[in-house]
Amino acid sequence: MIDVQQVSRYFGDIAAVKDVSFQVEKGEIVGFLGPNAAGKTTTMRILTTYLPASSGTAKVAGFDVHEESMQVRKRIGYLPENPPLYQDMRVCDYLDFVAKIKGVDPNDRKKAVQEAMGKVAIDNVSKRVIRHLSKGYKQRVGIAQALVHNPDVLILDEPTIGLDPNQIIEVRELIKSLAGNHTIILSTHTLPEVSMTCERVIIINKGKVVAKDTTEGLTQKHSGARRLTVVVDAPLEDVRKKISALEGVEKVEKAGNGAEYTTLFVDSSKSLDIRPQLAKLIVAQNWPLYEIKAEDVSLEDVFLQLTTNEEGEAS
Amino acid sequence: MKNFLAIFQRETKSYFSSPIAYVVIGLFLVLAGIFYYLIISNFVQMCMRVDMMAQQYRQMPQKMNVNLMAIRPIMHNLSLFALFFLPLVTMRLYSDEKRTGTIELLMTSPVSNWQAIMGKFAAAGALFVLMLAGTFIYIIFIFLYGNPELGPILTGYLGLLLIGLSYISFGLFFSTLTESQIIAAVSTFVFILVFWAIGWISGIVSPTLGNLLSNFSLIEHFDDFAKGVLDTKHIVYYLSFIFMGLFL
Ligand SMILES: Nc1ncnc2c1ncn2[C@@H]1O[C@H](COP(=O)(O)OP(=O)(O)O)[C@@H](O)[C@H]1O
Ligand SMILES: [Mg+2]
Repeated sequence: MIDVQQVSRYFGDIAAVKDVSFQVEKGEIVGFLGPNAAGKTTTMRILTTYLPASSGTAKVAGFDVHEESMQVRKRIGYLPENPPLYQDMRVCDYLDFVAKIKGVDPNDRKKAVQEAMGKVAIDNVSKRVIRHLSKGYKQRVGIAQALVHNPDVLILDEPTIGLDPNQIIEVRELIKSLAGNHTIILSTHTLPEVSMTCERVIIINKGKVVAKDTTEGLTQKHSGARRLTVVVDAPLEDVRKKISALEGVEKVEKAGNGAEYTTLFVDSSKSLDIRPQLAKLIVAQNWPLYEIKAEDVSLEDVFLQLTTNEEGEAS
Repeated sequence: MKNFLAIFQRETKSYFSSPIAYVVIGLFLVLAGIFYYLIISNFVQMCMRVDMMAQQYRQMPQKMNVNLMAIRPIMHNLSLFALFFLPLVTMRLYSDEKRTGTIELLMTSPVSNWQAIMGKFAAAGALFVLMLAGTFIYIIFIFLYGNPELGPILTGYLGLLLIGLSYISFGLFFSTLTESQIIAAVSTFVFILVFWAIGWISGIVSPTLGNLLSNFSLIEHFDDFAKGVLDTKHIVYYLSFIFMGLFL
């Protein structure tokens, strides 16, 4: 449905996006994850024909974004980072206008507007002027705007940015409910969003794609190590030295400050569960034990790992 | 065509759902009214003086031409007021879309740039037509109390319409360049003023250059319209000016 090949975009000398390639299949919901200024918005603007790419090709629904931009525009719904709302219009008039310029058949327009409002649950404010709506409602109107012509592809740029926690959950639920009928690509700089809403994730940093995988796949692949948290009441250096000496232990580091007891992260190779050995050691040393806990390597760690690796390379 | 209409309607509604349209039309008419009053009362005084002089010397009173003496200056005034007001009408057309981000909706919808531009141009043009229509009232009064020729009035209005559309096309152009409405309005204003002033400069510099320059002057071309002369040369000038503004 979306096919991006080696797309780059320069602003002056700066490459906002560099050699980005990825594909999205029909019906998929894909997260586009990256820190600020990674190039997410720029990529989305290229996909939506708003910005031309400096090089490379991108196709949406089989049409080239540059050569056949009008065909692409008919098939996409786009929610920019700032919802594109005419503040002085009423919600229903605004959506009617959007339906018109998106080429919805005049006979179906009323129904299309009603349906879009229904999907994002804004029927109750349809006669209100957009300016007077809360931020969460404005965001919904923005999503309704992207939906009104029932496009094949939905492109949502940071759909939950600036919302309060309840609204964030609502919008995420909303997006999930849209999956299936549309191919969705959404960008975000927060991880929970991706793990909660997306099947697949594309991580981008400094204009380059650094990873593409399913959400689980990515966590597994990059959790090369097992991590345990150990809390004991004993001198730090002593504990560190003795645990490091255990077979299979790769790294021991102090976790946080100010804790009453010594708290350590113990990384070991994946193949070996060191917990029995560790328990034996602690008992033998007679250290008062407070906790041994296995940590899942979170997407957050993977994300940090990937984006900081990249920084190391660049410098 | 559908897209053009959609955008035209939206812009027109937006003018009238905010105070812009009412303020601009209202103040334009007030200003036009004041100057109309001054010009007419001046004209009436002059007529009376001429009458008195004629009586003194026992001659037939000289006939004063209301078209030349009153309507022409009124037309000139209107073209000047349009210069002040139209940049205010056009400044938001694109700047505001850029500032609020709605431009991203417009530019990612299956609407060609041309359709969008023409829709906005037509909306501002329609507002200007309303402004001009308001001034008909003043002209009607002249018809009630005098007997001006209709021809020069019609060409005068055609000239006003063309000069106004030229302002609008450049106002639209400057509005696409910036997110700031103020900058858009001021640069439109300065730009148009320069084109006005070219006519005066042309008097100072050498005759050939002067001739060339005055060809570019917005107001020189208007003069004939106001006099009642309909010349295709002038119409072509304004149309090319309008298209230049729209294409840029
Ligand atoms: N119009 C522009 N002009 C100049 N630089 C830009 C422009 N748009 C984006 N950039 C630069 O491109 C980089 C990527 O920006 P963006 O795509 O907005 O990132 P993200 O959406 O991931 O935060 C940034 O360094 C930004 O400063
Ligand atoms: Mg962004």
